[in-house]
Amino acid sequence: MCKRMQCKSNNYGKGGTTMKNIMINTGNYIAAKAAIMAKPDVVAAYPITPQTTLVEGIANYVASGEYKGEYICVESEHSAMCACIGAAATGVRTFTATSSHGLLLMHEMLHWAALARLPIIMCNINRVVGPGWNIWADENDSISQRDTGWIQFYCSSNQEIFDTVIQAFKLGEHKNVALPVMINYNAFILSHTSMPAEIPSQKEIDDYLGKYKPLWRLDPENPITFGNIIMPADYEKVRRAMQDAHENAKKLIPEIAQDYKKKFGNFHGDLIEKYRCEDAETILLAMGAIGAESKVSIDNMRKEGYKIGLARIRTFRPFPEEEIVKLAKKAELIVIDRNISCGYEGALFTETKGALYGKSDAKVSGFIAGLGGKDVPYNHVEDICKKAIKGKLKKTIWYGFEEVKK
Amino acid sequence: MSKKYNVVTSISYPKVGAMGKTGSWRVFKPVFNKDKCVKCLRCWIFCPEGAVKKNKDGSVSIDMDYCKGCGICANVCNVKAITMEREEQQ
Repeated sequence: MCKRMQCKSNNYGKGGTTMKNIMINTGNYIAAKAAIMAKPDVVAAYPITPQTTLVEGIANYVASGEYKGEYICVESEHSAMCACIGAAATGVRTFTATSSHGLLLMHEMLHWAALARLPIIMCNINRVVGPGWNIWADENDSISQRDTGWIQFYCSSNQEIFDTVIQAFKLGEHKNVALPVMINYNAFILSHTSMPAEIPSQKEIDDYLGKYKPLWRLDPENPITFGNIIMPADYEKVRRAMQDAHENAKKLIPEIAQDYKKKFGNFHGDLIEKYRCEDAETILLAMGAIGAESKVSIDNMRKEGYKIGLARIRTFRPFPEEEIVKLAKKAELIVIDRNISCGYEGALFTETKGALYGKSDAKVSGFIAGLGGKDVPYNHVEDICKKAIKGKLKKTIWYGFEEVKK
Repeated sequence: MSKKYNVVTSISYPKVGAMGKTGSWRVFKPVFNKDKCVKCLRCWIFCPEGAVKKNKDGSVSIDMDYCKGCGICANVCNVKAITMEREEQQ
């Protein structure tokens, strides 16, 4: 984490006229700030550890009068998503947040939101799925929602959480996208860790996002039926339109990231954040907090003479297939998954190999690490990379599993 | 006519018979006795299909192209001016 701070060029602490408003707080409170600055008309959420402080943060803004929208306290996550769908269907901006079991309870409605093309913005704090009851970081919750049609971002710092929430509204509400967006970040490692984040002024955010123009809405003056029966050929068109929207999002995400950089100065990569990849012979692929931690590992290994780089996947859906193919043209790949699709392997590993099919023969090594919130410090990442570079790996390796067995 | 939205999702716009002539689904048909009718319009209010039409003189008639024969009109009629009869086999 510390390394990321050093890498980033900014003005805080220097004072003077360029001094920006800095908020030092946890990922959840910073996400809450971003959410209310986007001025959603409706927030409907149900608390669950480790997301609780995010909705608590929004509740504080309701109490202080800073958030003037409708805040609906619901009785479950399924209801939270339903309330957001209902509100979004009337053509207003909506936000919610959840985690783990809450996300899974929403599952049916996640499909609904995406098929209805409602740009609901949601933070999901990646947490273990039980049983065993465990509240720490693990990406199986959101990975299991891969096929719901939601755009999925994975963040690696509190600044990135703030910027991605704002960018998510811009992206999801774009007329060529019109899809719900899930902003994922690791439980506790980000949700409960304080870091500074630059907060633009409300006017800057207002000007950037503009007024939401829905593609369709329920309106008594203009009656339509939504969610009616549709025949197979028409249903296929709906799915195809969603796929096209994801392809559009894939083009828009880099454009939005560049535009945001110009306006606000912050950039966290586009579909992928590339770190020291230029001359790399080996590139590490990771998501979330491991992606941030790995920068330290890359720097250390570079000092030892390894030509290694990092490609941190920011968007898992749409999947940055072409970018990965480009990386594999010059380098072998190592994939770390904080998830496991039991019966096969880590999801990012599978997707990466799939992206390369017919386009590259690069060696790809897959590792499972950090399940159940197990710490993955930078020296473990170095160890993983060195093992992969040396070995002729084919099957997935569960890193550090022996110590668990004892 | 409602405004069309430029989006591919499951939206349908109001029109007569979007699902074809649903009267063919009918097992029972409403038989309307004009002499008993007191023009209270309860059948017109309750018909879920909009198949009960209000005439200019305040009386009603039933659009058999779209009446599914649910019997709600007969059920709500206070003067028993509508009775349900089994459709003859086609």
